[in-house]
Amino acid sequence: MTKSELIEAVAAKVTNFSRKDVEIIVETLFESMARSLSEGDKVEIRGFGSFKIKERDGRQGRNPKSGENIFIDAKKVPFFKAGKEIRERINEDK
Amino acid sequence: MTKADIVEIVFEKVGFSKKDVSAVIEEIFETIKTTLEGGEKVKISGFGNFTTRQKRARRGRNPQTGNEITIEQRRVMTFKASQLLKKAINQAPSTPAAQPTTQA
Repeated sequence: MTKSELIEAVAAKVTNFSRKDVEIIVETLFESMARSLSEGDKVEIRGFGSFKIKERDGRQGRNPKSGENIFIDAKKVPFFKAGKEIRERINEDK
Repeated sequence: MTKADIVEIVFEKVGFSKKDVSAVIEEIFETIKTTLEGGEKVKISGFGNFTTRQKRARRGRNPQTGNEITIEQRRVMTFKASQLLKKAINQAPSTPAAQPTTQA
């Protein structure tokens, strides 16, 4: 399912909203989550999961092609932990 | 940031009541969950992909008691951030407290 298919599916269910309205809401939703994360804040959606940023230290690495030593800068990586409800739901039909 | 904060942000952008906005946002997450439950992945361009993966059963140990236990096979949900999101996270200038790590 892509973002536009998600918009389509949601619009079919919330009939008091136009497809365009749903599109704006979906876009704003993910934008606001991305902004929050890039500001270092975590995002917690009950029943779905939480997103947070982990810091990775810089480290000495090697270019696997040339064998050259390179320094890999410190970076931040996003991290997701699934919520209890979704963890249980995807396991119901084992 | 919680769902309530997201409702607030969306509410300020669109002209609907908070109750309506909240209902649409619930429906968005519900649709993603149902899709994943059905084994399909959900790709949000610019944000990332949600997928489920099958994990095999394996031998594990209760870290508290040391007893060997079998961890049953299960499905797990994973998220892979898009390049765009990864970039946005690393470009944020709003972390003045973060000291540059000294050379290893």
